[in-house]
Amino acid sequence: MKNKLLAGPYLLWMVVFTLIPLGIMVYYAFTDSISGGFTLENLARIGTYMPIFLRSMGLAAIASIICLVIGYPVAYCIASVSPSWQKILSMLVMLPMCMSFLLRTLAWVSLLEDTGIINQLLGHLGIGPLPLIRNNGAVILGMVYNYLPYMITPLYTVLMKIDPRLDEAAQDLGCNRMQVFRRVTLPLSVPGIISGITMVFVPAVSTFYISQKLGGTSTVLIGDVIESQFKTAYNPNLGAALSLVLMVMVLICMGIVNHFSSDDEEEGGVITP
Amino acid sequence: MTKIVSRVGSLLLALALLFAMAPALFTTEAKAADETVSINVYNWGQYIADGTDGYMDINAAFTEATGIKVNYMTYDTNESLYTKLKTGGSTYDIIIPSDYMAGRLISEGLVQEIDFSNIPNYSYIDEAYKNTSYDPDNKYSVPYTWGTVGIIYNTKYVDEADIGSWDLLWNEKYSGKILMFDNNRDAFAAAEAKLGYSLNTTDEAALRECAAELQKQKPLVQSYVMDQIFDKMIREEAWIAPYYAGDYLWMLDDNEDLGFYFPEEGFNLYIDCFMIPSSAEHKTEAEAYINFLLDPEVCGQNLEYLGYSAPESEAKNHMDPEVAESEIAYPPEEVLARGESFSYLPPETNQLMDALWLEVKTDGGSSNTTLIIAAVVVVVLIAAVLIFISINKKKKKARRGRSAG
Repeated sequence: MKNKLLAGPYLLWMVVFTLIPLGIMVYYAFTDSISGGFTLENLARIGTYMPIFLRSMGLAAIASIICLVIGYPVAYCIASVSPSWQKILSMLVMLPMCMSFLLRTLAWVSLLEDTGIINQLLGHLGIGPLPLIRNNGAVILGMVYNYLPYMITPLYTVLMKIDPRLDEAAQDLGCNRMQVFRRVTLPLSVPGIISGITMVFVPAVSTFYISQKLGGTSTVLIGDVIESQFKTAYNPNLGAALSLVLMVMVLICMGIVNHFSSDDEEEGGVITP
Repeated sequence: MTKIVSRVGSLLLALALLFAMAPALFTTEAKAADETVSINVYNWGQYIADGTDGYMDINAAFTEATGIKVNYMTYDTNESLYTKLKTGGSTYDIIIPSDYMAGRLISEGLVQEIDFSNIPNYSYIDEAYKNTSYDPDNKYSVPYTWGTVGIIYNTKYVDEADIGSWDLLWNEKYSGKILMFDNNRDAFAAAEAKLGYSLNTTDEAALRECAAELQKQKPLVQSYVMDQIFDKMIREEAWIAPYYAGDYLWMLDDNEDLGFYFPEEGFNLYIDCFMIPSSAEHKTEAEAYINFLLDPEVCGQNLEYLGYSAPESEAKNHMDPEVAESEIAYPPEEVLARGESFSYLPPETNQLMDALWLEVKTDGGSSNTTLIIAAVVVVVLIAAVLIFISINKKKKKARRGRSAG
């Protein structure tokens, strides 16, 4: 009973700021903008935006994979140094987060632009201005840069908690370093990988600021479309429908990923005798 | 004990009485002394003299003259202003929409009538800017500035032979260096002028043709922007942009290589005007603000700074003569004859334009197919890895099951 009371404030918060808005969104998605009656028309128009949905999911998936590839070794290194170094290194990982997300993205703009810092330096070396900005690569770069800490942090937390004696035991039983990693460390870090991917993929798939600043006219993401529905086109109903579909798609993706992680928990990993 | 309680009680009672009476006693003085009404002004970005470059800080001067504080906020398109008003939630006392949006706001009842007896300076406004098409009876709006849309280009990179018409914005030679308006009305106007349609056409086929024309332009466009045009043109990140003549004069101060011309096919002539939303809470103060900005001296100073054109001839006397005689701010008659102002379009046309514009902006470019393939490959890879892991698990489980049994 006491425990339930403790969760009260958060429950209230969630009802007021998550559940009710979610209900409003669903209501808007299924109503007509003029008459206010029930309609499926908003959802029917999703088809036209399918390529944009796919592009957003594709870019976010690529960014998540890159984050994982970069982030895993970093987290592994941090987890394996002495505790005092761990503190310093993990603080360094979190340091960029102390700055505004918008500013960091704008800083990339002034680095990558045709008249930006990198191209000016290259110009001095006699290399013509390279198309560094306004393409898919720049958008992915922006996503990776901004969301990398969200990947490293959960990975580090999980890796840090793995009992080093398990490593030793595996080595005693004849595993080489590679096998220890593949059969002990990697399976035990799956929950970290899952939450890392979730924390990168979900914000990346719905971003609009990164694509607006670093992308070009052909890298419009679903977040941009939703934003413009609310901000300039004044069609909140279509915007709500798009958000709803995006949410469902993200939930399906996460469901698939989680399916594999729950398998692990059932098995209980290597620890069960 | 009871004594103390009763004493405290009476003390409290006395205090309460005092507080209750206080407002009645001091109302008159309080109102005069420290009533700080503040009005919310919602204006375009970079659209008022703010004390830089040696010009007057108009909002500060207004507060000094009247004691009314100004909360100054900005937007960058008429459409985002419209959305803000439509969704409600914030109240503004003064807004400054352009002509066509003014018409839309009036027809949808989002603005209220202005009491012109509070705006004696209205008499300075030239006749040409009264009884406009969007507000024929002069009830809801007071002109702030007027101006023209033309094409700004960088003389260092753009060949003089290419300039003159709207075609410059579709010229493949400058691919990636062209900026375009990020609002449907101005963007469509460029295509309409290029194709020889009226800027106020309501013909669906014509609008669709314009959308196709904008679609064709899209691969050449660096980005769809509004206020960022200043920065991008000054730093030469982009070379060509259609924009407002007044802003060109502003940019010229920071980059003298910029040139400007009025496209030969025609261009938009606009009026931006003060309006008071229906939800305004300080109407009288808002009218005082309008009156203050119409004062010829203030208006002259403000518009000299902005580079836009003043709707009152009297204001020109308070400007630098060079600005007052500028052919870009005050084009000669034969140029103005090519201009066409936006009028209010019926809601169906507005909706069609909204939809078409969104299509233009969101329709996938050429990189689409490669990206979808890449996405599919990534998804398949992830799926393969996950399936591989789970099969491995099952095998292990099965093995363990056997060894246990």
